[in-house]
Amino acid sequence: MLDIGMQHYLILAGILFTIGVFGIFLNRKNVIVILMSIELMLLAVNINFVTFSAYLGDLTGQVFVMFTLTVAAAEAAIGLAILVVFFRNKGSIAVEDISGMQG
Amino acid sequence: MVVQAFAFYLFAGILLVSALMVITARNPVHSVLFLILGFFNAAGLFVLLGAEFIAMILVIVYVGAVAVLFLFVVMMLDIDFANLRKGAMQYIPVGIVIGAILLFELVAVYSYWQFAPEAAQNIALPLAEFGELQNSEALGMVLYTDYIFAFQMSGLILFVAMIGAIVLTNRTRPNIRKQKVAEQHARKASDVLEVTQVTSGTGA
Repeated sequence: MLDIGMQHYLILAGILFTIGVFGIFLNRKNVIVILMSIELMLLAVNINFVTFSAYLGDLTGQVFVMFTLTVAAAEAAIGLAILVVFFRNKGSIAVEDISGMQG
Repeated sequence: MVVQAFAFYLFAGILLVSALMVITARNPVHSVLFLILGFFNAAGLFVLLGAEFIAMILVIVYVGAVAVLFLFVVMMLDIDFANLRKGAMQYIPVGIVIGAILLFELVAVYSYWQFAPEAAQNIALPLAEFGELQNSEALGMVLYTDYIFAFQMSGLILFVAMIGAIVLTNRTRPNIRKQKVAEQHARKASDVLEVTQVTSGTGA
């Protein structure tokens, strides 16, 4: 219990990922909170990367966290920009209202 | 050892509680603030794992940029959040079932995780090779040499994301009065002012 090993970090990342998935179900109308849940899931993946990097003794995992962070930042920026444009046009961010493409 | 265990459980506990608050908070502003708290504690965990540079990057990029961006958007849009909550409860049973299955599978896999004996031979960048180098120094040694192509690509991704965000949100609004500095400076008295000689007695 007091000896913190790789399993502790991995299970922590697993719980965090599950919270992220559950957040999408819990807030399935609110796009902003869904985007935040995605950020939580990406954080769980990053914790996994760093844990394996530390316990395997390989620096590559940490290099890849940098690229994951880059993509996460780009995704958040584009997602929020789309959200702002959608709110300007429709006056709502409810997921049900985003159905203009189905004809 | 005890200090390490205490730090781990402190950071992990606050991280999980704040993650739960992110998805359950009624006010999205509180969600964003709990997200920031969670990122700080994740950075603490990364320091505990010996990845100081990633920890600092997490604070700078996530707390300094992404979370503040979320905060901007939440506060800028005038959204009726109480309305968004309606009817959300009907999907909770499905969510709990899927979450429980996912959690069970992840824990089942992770609790018995062990590296294969051959894994030690496939290490690309052994930490031991960097000797006394600090974590950020070691990362810099490989990021700008072995991973230069991926590094440049991530810069390009950020560039495209920046252009995309600007193109999406920029709008030209007609019917608003703006200053046109060049035109205003180029304006001469002769363009707009006409001096006429009025003979006395003919004016109205």
